[in-house]
Amino acid sequence: MTGASGIFADRVLVWLGPLPITVTMASSVATSALLLGLAAAGARAVLRHPTSRLAAASRLTFGFLRGLVTEAVGHPSPRLEVFAGTLFLFIAGAAVIGQLPGVPAPTGNLGATSALAALVFLAVPVAGVHARGPLGYLRHYFRPNPLLFPLHLVSELSRTLALALRLFGNMMSGHLMVALLVALVGVLVPVPLMALDLFIGLLQAYIFTILASVYVGAAIRVGEGD
Amino acid sequence: MNEHTVLALGSIVTAGFTMAIGALGAALGESRIGAAGMDALARQPDEAAAITRNQLVALAMVESTAIFCLVIALVLLFANPYVSGS
Repeated sequence: MTGASGIFADRVLVWLGPLPITVTMASSVATSALLLGLAAAGARAVLRHPTSRLAAASRLTFGFLRGLVTEAVGHPSPRLEVFAGTLFLFIAGAAVIGQLPGVPAPTGNLGATSALAALVFLAVPVAGVHARGPLGYLRHYFRPNPLLFPLHLVSELSRTLALALRLFGNMMSGHLMVALLVALVGVLVPVPLMALDLFIGLLQAYIFTILASVYVGAAIRVGEGD
Repeated sequence: MNEHTVLALGSIVTAGFTMAIGALGAALGESRIGAAGMDALARQPDEAAAITRNQLVALAMVESTAIFCLVIALVLLFANPYVSGS
């Protein structure tokens, strides 16, 4: 990449020795810190003041995530709920943080979305081996026919690529569109587009989480059907 | 027209075609999803929540093909590896 004009550019804020701290890194850490603080406050509220608004919001959020994962997997799976819930909250929080002026969404960077997709890619065999044992999990690569083994491999790689590119493209294009409109027409015109951008960001968080749950859930349920 | 101009011209035209054809396919697919969703809603208004949810997921998955095209077009325009100084 040459310079900051590319869509893959990531502005360096400061250098910590040889380590560049980029905008994406800073905003991801800020998102995570914000979410951790909110989660801690929510947990405290649920334990100490069960009738407060924060407690209700925490319960609603958790119930939503639990329902999402249960629907995608077919039965309750608490560990997957933690994983998928973290993904959802991070991507949704990133979309919200991306609406702040001057702060690009951390998920508008291909590196960040690739990291999220790689997490899902790694979680699939981990969950599969944990649920079915190494042989039980590996066997599904040769079902229903050993000839399909290469197709299984290609599908795992391509769906990871699609996960990363889908999230990146959606977040980046929304940001680019708003920037283009600000440059072309002025201040208030892009507001509806920014609302659309926020909605698409939340929708993409939902889709990323559903797809991750479905992929991991399929690995957990290997061999149950046959 | 030196080599650089030809490359830039080709990239710009290709980016336009990429976006046009990619958006065409996604628009056709999304219109079918929208029509099917309306049909399902009219038949079973009680299942509105589930239908809308699944419809949104399907829409976003179809939309991602157009987004892939958009990424390719933007790479051609702004981060083209074959055009120096882009």
